[in-house]
Amino acid sequence: MGLVRGRNWFLLNYKYRRVSTTSVSPAFDESALVVRAKAGDQEAFNELVQHYDRRVFRMAKQITENDDDAEDVLQETFLKAYTHLEDFQGNSKFYTWLVRIAVNEALMKLRKRRSDKTVPLDEPIDTGEDEVVREIAVWDQNPEDVYSRDELAGILDQAVKSLKTAYRTVFILRDIEEMSIEETAETLGLSISAVKSRLLRARLQLREKLTRQFKKKGDDAFAYL
Amino acid sequence: MLTCKQFLQELSGYIDKTLNPQELAELHRHVSECPNCFVVCDTTEKTLKVFKGMDCHPVPQGIQARLMAAIERRMKDKGGCGCSGGAKH
Repeated sequence: MGLVRGRNWFLLNYKYRRVSTTSVSPAFDESALVVRAKAGDQEAFNELVQHYDRRVFRMAKQITENDDDAEDVLQETFLKAYTHLEDFQGNSKFYTWLVRIAVNEALMKLRKRRSDKTVPLDEPIDTGEDEVVREIAVWDQNPEDVYSRDELAGILDQAVKSLKTAYRTVFILRDIEEMSIEETAETLGLSISAVKSRLLRARLQLREKLTRQFKKKGDDAFAYL
Repeated sequence: MLTCKQFLQELSGYIDKTLNPQELAELHRHVSECPNCFVVCDTTEKTLKVFKGMDCHPVPQGIQARLMAAIERRMKDKGGCGCSGGAKH
């Protein structure tokens, strides 16, 4: 990137309120429900299902890219979780355990679907020099203020879908499911450096796509100068 | 002084604040002086923000009903009734 001289660009407000997707209602006590479910309380297990089914379904759909496979993944995930509940040692959060099951199920779906039996996570990843940064422009207004929820969800889904599976899965686990780098690496059977490198690629590619969509148009695109 | 390329390679660590204070300070110095990297950093953070703020749509009703029915069947197979309280009939 060349150096661009400017005077007011630093006035951009890049601090923002971080919105967590992991917030839970105060009444929801995951650990207590898991203890009860492990003791055979089926209502407690159902409560866990109803609390997490949206997130598991969304993740499954983002990886498999279709509703039918996502539904299979959703069912298999909770059925396996129920069957192997006794094996859950509580070393991680119950939801992290669910995500691990769901990711494996979703990747299995992808492997089965591919006639060439390519293992998605083994796709060759170019570790080359050029991080993808072509669009350097400020965004127009906050996208949430401009687009309806459905429109925005469509734009974001499309952007995630355009990533290679290897990048997409890392991005979903780290930035949407908010797993740590280490948890992401463990879940996907990757090294920490591979996770970091794929995460950077995924973030920069998504930034590129969203900037094309959300940037200020015309001369305003360089309003930071 | 870091180059833009070096800054980009450490962008994730800078955004996630997972680097040591000295590295963060060096990256911060670069981003404070380089308008292009500032914009890339800013729009990357906004990208993450917009994804994190994304709501989960409810699972379509048919899918949820089939899920609960499948779980209930599994519970019955395992020896319970699937209705409540862990009571096994």
